[in-house]
Amino acid sequence: MSLTPDDVKKIAHLARLNLSDGDITVYTPQLSSILHFIEQLGTVDTANIEPLAHPLDLSQRLRLDDITEQDMREKFQRIAPQVEAGLYLVPKVIEEA
Amino acid sequence: MHHKNIAELSAELAAKKISSVELTQHFIDRIHQHDEQLNSFITVTEEYALQTAKEADDLRAKGNAAPLTGIPIAQKDIFCTDGIKTSCGSKMLDNFIAPYDATLVKKLKAAGTIMLGKTNMDEFAMGSSNETSYYGTVKNPWNLEYVAGGSSGGSAAAVAARLAPAATGTDTGGSIRQPAALCGLSGLKPTYGRVSRYGMIAFASSLDQGGPIAKTVEDCALLLNAMAGFDEHDSTSVNKAVPDYTALLNQSIKGMRIGLPKEYFSEGLSKEVETVIQSAIKEYEKLGAIIEEISLPHTALSVPAYYVIAPAECSSNLARYDGVRYGYRCKDPVDLQDLYKRSRSEGFGSEVKRRIMIGTYVLSAGYYDAYYLKAQKTRRLIRDDFTEAFKKVDVILSPTTPTPAFKIGEKTSDPISMYLSDIYTIAVNLAGLPGMSIPAGFVNKLPIGMQLIGNLFGEEKLLNIAHQFQIVTDWHKQIPEGF
Repeated sequence: MSLTPDDVKKIAHLARLNLSDGDITVYTPQLSSILHFIEQLGTVDTANIEPLAHPLDLSQRLRLDDITEQDMREKFQRIAPQVEAGLYLVPKVIEEA
Repeated sequence: MHHKNIAELSAELAAKKISSVELTQHFIDRIHQHDEQLNSFITVTEEYALQTAKEADDLRAKGNAAPLTGIPIAQKDIFCTDGIKTSCGSKMLDNFIAPYDATLVKKLKAAGTIMLGKTNMDEFAMGSSNETSYYGTVKNPWNLEYVAGGSSGGSAAAVAARLAPAATGTDTGGSIRQPAALCGLSGLKPTYGRVSRYGMIAFASSLDQGGPIAKTVEDCALLLNAMAGFDEHDSTSVNKAVPDYTALLNQSIKGMRIGLPKEYFSEGLSKEVETVIQSAIKEYEKLGAIIEEISLPHTALSVPAYYVIAPAECSSNLARYDGVRYGYRCKDPVDLQDLYKRSRSEGFGSEVKRRIMIGTYVLSAGYYDAYYLKAQKTRRLIRDDFTEAFKKVDVILSPTTPTPAFKIGEKTSDPISMYLSDIYTIAVNLAGLPGMSIPAGFVNKLPIGMQLIGNLFGEEKLLNIAHQFQIVTDWHKQIPEGF
């Protein structure tokens, strides 16, 4: 699978990455060759094979729906880039009416 | 003093020949003296180390010492340490002061170890040479022009240069075993689920596992005793009793069956490395082990399967770095998209971006079945190869890497050739098995590692077989010149 520069732009957008034109020139052949390398997987027949998500075939452990964590909001907010009145601040996302 | 292993240092502390404060100061002095040329530490926690060393000495004076009480170690900078910078080798987390301790950190603290600092690593553990770190490349103490391996390269270089008696690492595709091999050390990746991943910054959650890097197998066993165990904070932690991993070390391995996978001794393996591994096999024959050839037929597909699964999990895990709650935030974002995009592009390095994009692509609509599901099916075939093999043998022996350490800069422009340097270690993560690398010889004055792979939760037997090799060889006792 060879990617075009436009494909790479689209992937970068999905991954929320900004790439310069220079970056795209570098990444396009690199990502294409990685995908080409991955395509070796096509050489094996996996028709009746179940996918393996967990190496020990275990499923997710569940716990009771009890409150077990302490409130650490203040501590967590101390390392945040921008907070106010206990809230994390981001650029405005809702337009004024 | 710095050439002694943990078992020996523990005896000296117990006999009051030295205090933990003196020992800790000694290693801190060595870090100051040597690390400028190696770049193995990102943060040195000098004050904190001396303070906890004093507490360890007090504890010992009261008669409450455990085997690791007062032993200094280094922590890979992927483990969250409460109140201490935890960068994961990335600009993204350069300003991140972890708000809690990883379970592994907590356990090693409770066992009495002293943290000297946080070691350098490939950015978010994505790399095999420590060249992707935001904090610069780590140099190999055996030859400063060569890579120390990765991603736990700082940990390996620090231990090899005797700047720390031991260190922690994490292994997603070989990141403990490969740097241990390239630096002449013993490193253990435990069974998936044996050591808690809580507070260990996630790269590929179905593959990541923490473990020790030390000078000897015995030290790895002592450290695993402290690290292993069930943790309710890690949903993939396995609730299984932790044995004393030192208990079987001295047992004879006469009659044990060691399998040599023919696919690991084929094209791609350098002649010099093969010669070293063949002489190691002869040592095992002398010890009475039975050597037999086995086959792991899907070996060639392990690197391609890994480079679908690991990037897919990486792209999901790293979606959390959005410049909102912690970590790097770009200057003056104009809107939310701009905040996300610029924070991520400016905060992540190029290898991390490469893997995020591969992961995003293989998980995207229309490609999920062809790539991700296909890789997971192949993963089962790779796992089943090992299941079959362990019906016949007790452990599997192979080289850890196809070549000795390579030169800094040699593979940076060719991602695939870098990925292929992990060809012998990757399948072990896909199958969730425990694997070790131990020193087996030298090529051009660079150390060569031998990999031993055990069955699920077979760490005791694995450590036993590895330790017996170190009783009859002295490769693990070699010290790089100048250290």
